[in-house]
Amino acid sequence: MPDAQETKAPAPKLAALSPDEKKQRDRRNLAIAFSLGVFIVLVFAVTILRLGSAGAQ
Amino acid sequence: MQTDSSTLAGPQDYFALLKPRVMSLVIFTAFVGMIAAPGTLHPLLGTVALLSIAVGAGASGALNMWWDADIDAIMTRTAKRPIPSGRVPRAEAAAFGGFLSVLSVALLALASNYLAAGLLAFTIFFYVVVYSMWLKRLTPQNIVIGGAAGALPPVVGWAAVSGAAPLEAWVLFAIIFLWTPPHFWALALYKRGDYERAGIPMMPVVKGEASTRRQIFAYALILAAAGAAPFLIGMTSAYYLVMAVALGAVFIWLSWKVLRADQEDHSPAKKLFGFSIFYLFALFATILVERLVILYA
Repeated sequence: MPDAQETKAPAPKLAALSPDEKKQRDRRNLAIAFSLGVFIVLVFAVTILRLGSAGAQ
Repeated sequence: MQTDSSTLAGPQDYFALLKPRVMSLVIFTAFVGMIAAPGTLHPLLGTVALLSIAVGAGASGALNMWWDADIDAIMTRTAKRPIPSGRVPRAEAAAFGGFLSVLSVALLALASNYLAAGLLAFTIFFYVVVYSMWLKRLTPQNIVIGGAAGALPPVVGWAAVSGAAPLEAWVLFAIIFLWTPPHFWALALYKRGDYERAGIPMMPVVKGEASTRRQIFAYALILAAAGAAPFLIGMTSAYYLVMAVALGAVFIWLSWKVLRADQEDHSPAKKLFGFSIFYLFALFATILVERLVILYA
């Protein structure tokens, strides 16, 4: 039976990012985080408003 | 080792996928539809509804860029877009557009009603599948039929507020629908080479410039009449009618100049293209101001 160490595929080499690419990635991540935050707040606010108006009726 | 092209893309590239200039017109016309509609919507719900419509329009723009990346690379007007310039991978644009489409429709359903959400979903479907995938490369009537997608936002806005889509909303639809052919054909007249190289059967490429100029003029006449329709159905006051007649007259006059221009002279077409944007903005702004005056005076 072969050793587990022998059958394991070599880990893929990760591309080295240049400083510019790292900066762009960070900016993308921040934009995604901000958009998700806005989306969550909007869904929460809309749900509360709709529930409030349904309750009033 | 080479990195994926997406590592070079910034948030601004994903924003560019949403076609912000087209989106601004969608936001404006949808907003006019919302204000013109009877009934009220909580300001926050109204803002979320408008945002959903804007994001839905942007999502269809991203899906359009995904589908048309091959021809965008050929045309000078579109070669610098995020996909043909290599900043955003095609698959990512598709995923981005698809995700935002679902998100925008769901958010609109939550903020307003299912009719508005259904109309938004239909708008996205019509723009991406009917126009981009089917008609654009098939027929010179591509932007005539496909123009329906661009004309729907005021109906979506109207439905978001009132929960209905009556005749008044469809009159706003008709104005944008009839405005689209002369607007795009004016552009196609002086960008004909681009469309020819990309193999897009735009009217000047297929039927020639003389025929396109005649059709622009015919549409200008119909559009000027349609512009007066909101007054004729009692939707607006006589002030709007004066504005619509004046703007319609200028549109016809500029279209006449396009019709009479020499084959090589494209400056009248450029003038008409520029004015057509102002025309739509001014007409809808007049409706908006009138409704705001009625609401708050």
